[in-house]
Amino acid sequence: MNTKKKNNRAWFLVLPVVLVVAFTAIIPLMTVANYSVQDVLSPDNRVFVGLEFFRQITTDPAIVAAFQRNIIFSTQILAIEIPLGIMIAKLMPRRGWKAAAALVIVAIPLVIPWNVVGTTWRVFARPDVGLLGVTMNQFRPFDIGNTPADAWFTMVMMDVWHWTPLVALLVYAGLRAIPDAYYQAASIDGASAVSVFRFVELPKLRRVLMIALLLRFMDSFMIYAEPYILTGGGPGTATEVMSILLAVIAVIQFDLGQAAAFSLIYFLIIQIFSFIFFTVLTLDERPGATKRAEKKVKAEARKREMADDAASRSGVTNE
Amino acid sequence: MATIELQNIAHSYDGGETFALKEISMTWEDGKAYALLGPSGCGKTTLLNIMSGIIKPSHGRILIDGVDITDKPTEERNIAQVFQFPVLYDTMSVRKNLEFPLKNRKVPADKIQQRVAHIAELLGLEDQLDIRPGKLRSDLQQIVSLGRGLVREDVAAILFDEPLTVIDQNFKWTLRNRLKRLHLATGVTLVYVTHDQTEALTFADDVLLMKDGEVVQVGSANDLFLEPSHEFSGYFIGSPGMNFLDAEVSNHEVVAHGVHLGPVADTSLSGPHRVGVRPEFVVPVEKGGIDMDVVKVENRGGFQLAQLALADQKIMAKLDADLEISAGERRAFGFVPERTFLFHDERAVSTMKPMSAGAAR
Repeated sequence: MNTKKKNNRAWFLVLPVVLVVAFTAIIPLMTVANYSVQDVLSPDNRVFVGLEFFRQITTDPAIVAAFQRNIIFSTQILAIEIPLGIMIAKLMPRRGWKAAAALVIVAIPLVIPWNVVGTTWRVFARPDVGLLGVTMNQFRPFDIGNTPADAWFTMVMMDVWHWTPLVALLVYAGLRAIPDAYYQAASIDGASAVSVFRFVELPKLRRVLMIALLLRFMDSFMIYAEPYILTGGGPGTATEVMSILLAVIAVIQFDLGQAAAFSLIYFLIIQIFSFIFFTVLTLDERPGATKRAEKKVKAEARKREMADDAASRSGVTNE
Repeated sequence: MATIELQNIAHSYDGGETFALKEISMTWEDGKAYALLGPSGCGKTTLLNIMSGIIKPSHGRILIDGVDITDKPTEERNIAQVFQFPVLYDTMSVRKNLEFPLKNRKVPADKIQQRVAHIAELLGLEDQLDIRPGKLRSDLQQIVSLGRGLVREDVAAILFDEPLTVIDQNFKWTLRNRLKRLHLATGVTLVYVTHDQTEALTFADDVLLMKDGEVVQVGSANDLFLEPSHEFSGYFIGSPGMNFLDAEVSNHEVVAHGVHLGPVADTSLSGPHRVGVRPEFVVPVEKGGIDMDVVKVENRGGFQLAQLALADQKIMAKLDADLEISAGERRAFGFVPERTFLFHDERAVSTMKPMSAGAAR
């Protein structure tokens, strides 16, 4: 017989994790929250200002413009990297030494540090000696130091070069995980290559694509080192994204209160966007999905019945 | 509906060094149900994939109704396949799944509707047509993937690759019965791959028993059980499998481990052989017979399984449940002569000679 007393002491096992998370995330975040609501004039002289800094940040035209730039940037790179990554993954060899070689080659950009990428592309884009700059110069004057569109174009290209491989590798892994039987069945069913992609591969890739989308969104929304080194946010404010602006406020202006409020808002934006993506993309797999689907089917059946009913009734009156 | 003919089909995955499937020629008759039975790695799935066109054989030809289809791609063969696990298009409803093969073949819309309705009725899927297959129980999912094969009118054969692997134990039996009923209703040739003898024996008209890339015996459930032509049939079919004894034939007498087992039917034999007898045909006798020690007796409900010792050789006997027998005693047993086989080079060459009336028991 089991005479052991039941208790909740197992919770203590979670304690180490709680401690680690406290020191790595919760305490720093709360420090930031602390700064965001008071004006620190000197270590002994602080004034509580409530949400004043938040008001300032959300109404600052420079920050609003940087936010819009971030949104446009993330949208553009996602629109390029996701399809391009899928295409590359589809073209990569399936097995043998060629597969290994392709994996290594594709993965190379991923192991290069951010600021090295920035430096590389800065040289690459130079109109006098850079391959990209010189090539573009054949068609029209190209200068990322003076032309906002050129700077923006180069920033997008740089991110595509750096991070499409991540999408490609994730998709490649996802494709390899599809059992051969699905392809065999599709070929027995006479499905075209397009149908195979649309009805076999894409549905099976949903989860990896969700991960790729989330990772790429979060990362591109927080992008800092690459554009900072490439253009420093210029020309003018053409490539000034939120993180560059935040660094200026926090480190150069040393405006800790505003920077803290900005950081929290930044953090919240990423949380909210990621949550929305995740919720929308997993709607079908969450508890209750089956019930929702059944309800829908029942509702449709009822509608059909009613239509049949109406039809038969009208049939009767016609006679 | 069609006859499928295999001519000298063989397949090697490594360019001819080893053959996963050794040369085989046979004809699959229209409308019959076949089972390919054998342990993992015996080549049964390879044979199936050759028929469906997933694998191109290293040697030989396949003909459907006399037309050579060896080089035809899968989609041009009129063959459907059901896999180990339900292979379905998750984002489509059951109805869309069933329509898919027809749409790809540009069948007119009204014809598609008619076929899908017909197949749904046949499979009992009318109520599930508008939900996604992912929401169905696994056995119904397998039925839907079968439906995708059946929906094509021209289908010559349906190949099943261990279709019950992922099905809940409770539904295996019902699904198997459903397949059998479907076979009767549609008359389509079925080829069914399995390593489960119960599945094969209850399902098929003809069972092809395979081992190491070779078909060792073709026959009905009865043939494989009562008339094994190969040691492997004795070993693989039945539970427990056949008892085997190393024996010597001299002067038309079979001697194993120094014990005389009796005369051999084919008097031209001599030299070393193996004697095989199923546990069902090791029977207790009143007079004569061979004295053996009873080592262990297990009541299996409905029958008793006794482990006997002939010299140092273990022999299993399946005995009536009401027979009084216990471990430790010594008792006389006989092998039913017509069901006791002599094997040479793994092939059955003879049985024992039936004793004249009166001599037995």
